[in-house]
Amino acid sequence: MPVKTMRDAINEALHQAMAADDSVFVIGEDVAGCMGSNGKPGSVGGVFGVTTGIYDKFGPLRCVDTPISESAIVGAAAGAALVGMRPVAEIMFADFVGVCMDQLVNQMGKFRYMFGGKTTCPAVIRFAAGGGFSAAAQHSQSMYQVMTSFPGLKVVIPSNAYDAKGLMLQAIAEDDPVLFFEPKALYQESCEVPDEMYTIPFGKAAILREGDDCTVVAFGQMVGRAAAAIDALAEEGITCDLIDPRTSSPLDTATILESVEATGRLVVVDESPPRCGLTADIAGLAADRAFHALKGPIKQVCAPHSPTPFAPELEAAYLPSVEKIIAAIRGTMS
Amino acid sequence: MTLPRETLLRAYRQMKTIREFEERAHAEIMNGQIPGFTHLYTGQEANAVGVCEHLSDADTIISTHRGHGHCIAKGADVIGMMKELWGSSEGLCKGKGGSMHVADFERGILGANGIVAGGPPISVGSALAAKIRGNTNVAVSFSGDGSVNQGTCFEAMNLAVVLQVPAIFVIENNYYSEHTNISYAVGCDDLKARTEAFGFPVFVADGADFFAVYEAAGKAIEHARAGKGPAGVFAEQGRYHGHFVGDPQHYRGAGELDDLRKNHDCLKNFRARMQETGELASEELDAVDAEVMALIDRAVAEAKAAPRPTPEQVEQDVYITYGA
Repeated sequence: MPVKTMRDAINEALHQAMAADDSVFVIGEDVAGCMGSNGKPGSVGGVFGVTTGIYDKFGPLRCVDTPISESAIVGAAAGAALVGMRPVAEIMFADFVGVCMDQLVNQMGKFRYMFGGKTTCPAVIRFAAGGGFSAAAQHSQSMYQVMTSFPGLKVVIPSNAYDAKGLMLQAIAEDDPVLFFEPKALYQESCEVPDEMYTIPFGKAAILREGDDCTVVAFGQMVGRAAAAIDALAEEGITCDLIDPRTSSPLDTATILESVEATGRLVVVDESPPRCGLTADIAGLAADRAFHALKGPIKQVCAPHSPTPFAPELEAAYLPSVEKIIAAIRGTMS
Repeated sequence: MTLPRETLLRAYRQMKTIREFEERAHAEIMNGQIPGFTHLYTGQEANAVGVCEHLSDADTIISTHRGHGHCIAKGADVIGMMKELWGSSEGLCKGKGGSMHVADFERGILGANGIVAGGPPISVGSALAAKIRGNTNVAVSFSGDGSVNQGTCFEAMNLAVVLQVPAIFVIENNYYSEHTNISYAVGCDDLKARTEAFGFPVFVADGADFFAVYEAAGKAIEHARAGKGPAGVFAEQGRYHGHFVGDPQHYRGAGELDDLRKNHDCLKNFRARMQETGELASEELDAVDAEVMALIDRAVAEAKAAPRPTPEQVEQDVYITYGA
């Protein structure tokens, strides 16, 4: 099977979805690039290269380059979706949800409910999320934990190239609005990805390791670090389930609870700050629904309650590390 | 301008329907019958009707918190709307939306919208869809003088020009964004020039005159349908009620409301013109009035008797599909 990066896997999903369905189009700032300049239109393909080649293949009507106007980009995607198109909008850094929050939350996320179930809004909004680039406080946040709290939106966080392609094709097929958070630290990470189209259902977690002693739930960039922590502890005879929910909304609560029932211990890992985040959410779920099974304290491994720092050594201290995850697993076992 | 009889009769009926819908809603709110926050359109009827008379079901509008008039003008079912104001499960939005979120997608109504200037970006998306599909549909966003200082309004206007899509921005100046006059809130002296500086033509009309709005909107819509990009319509006309029902309206000058009702009334103006031109007899208009009153009576009676939603409906229609 061919090996592809997450960037190329998502790019392939976009190409295939657009070839299969005329109503799919991409929109966003520099999704083509070089418009109105001396450069060749289409030669950027998104600042992270995820929409590479789409302008050349599908032209300006379906690769809609926009000014830096995040509210208008999301609004235009929402409006086009209300009349039956399937837009895939790019908002670049996830941190920019702050400048288009109303269109995401009050508009596209509420249309179906406010209007009595009489419409659909099949729009996908893409973001590059998370830390690891010394991009500092305004270009490093994950933000998916915030967006998970809003009913009406679905939230996707792929942790590898294979899932990213299948989840993107599912996102485009969904009739509900989907926010798709691509961990930018993983764009260059690769794995085996089939050439053909396939979908991965939302609300269905991946179980990446199976063990007896502890359940570890991790999201996005942290899935790889959690796997490394679990593999290191396996050499000592400590074995863990590793669950990647893949979508935080809907959340596969059944798989998480079933695992906690079996292991009696839970560690939740995410790179977002702790308050009102995904680790607290899942810790609360287990405390509420699997308290009887718990043999040790639930541990949350996440960033501190602080903005993301710039200096590499500060950011390394800020993000959850393999060592912190190992310490948390040991902590719940002792 | 001479319009066919059926157009004249329909335009008058629509304006009268909006007027009576709003006045009855006002009375029922004061009676405690209708819950929530309601913003009445009374006085501005010619704006909605003057624009929507140019539109088909394939064209879209997006409306505002003051949206009843736009929805009626675009063909929303009046009885379903009244039921929605009451919060009935038989309302147009099953009692989930209420006054501020009336929508009817079969009529091309993308919803009344509770966020000031929330609509223009969405309308640009509908216009973009028309351009991608290569049809001649247009997308109208109604918004008030309060919307013109919102960033989303600027973003939407600029994007519509950049993408050259058939979006029509109808700005209804009723002089007050909530409790603040436009002379304070808009920093420049010439809002038309400021808007045209985005790169599209703006056509101005007296919002108390159906024919003036109809003519201005016709130019804007023709421009957009011809593939020449977005256009704007400015209509000036005060609202007869407060920002919301219950607003004490401390911002009004002495005699201001009396003057509005006496000298700036689209229904009176319409009747006067018909009398002058002889195009419609006053008896014909009286007959329309009677029909409209009967319709509104029926709408209120049906809304009062309509079924109430039940608790299990709280979580319905959040998503189409959800869960593992």
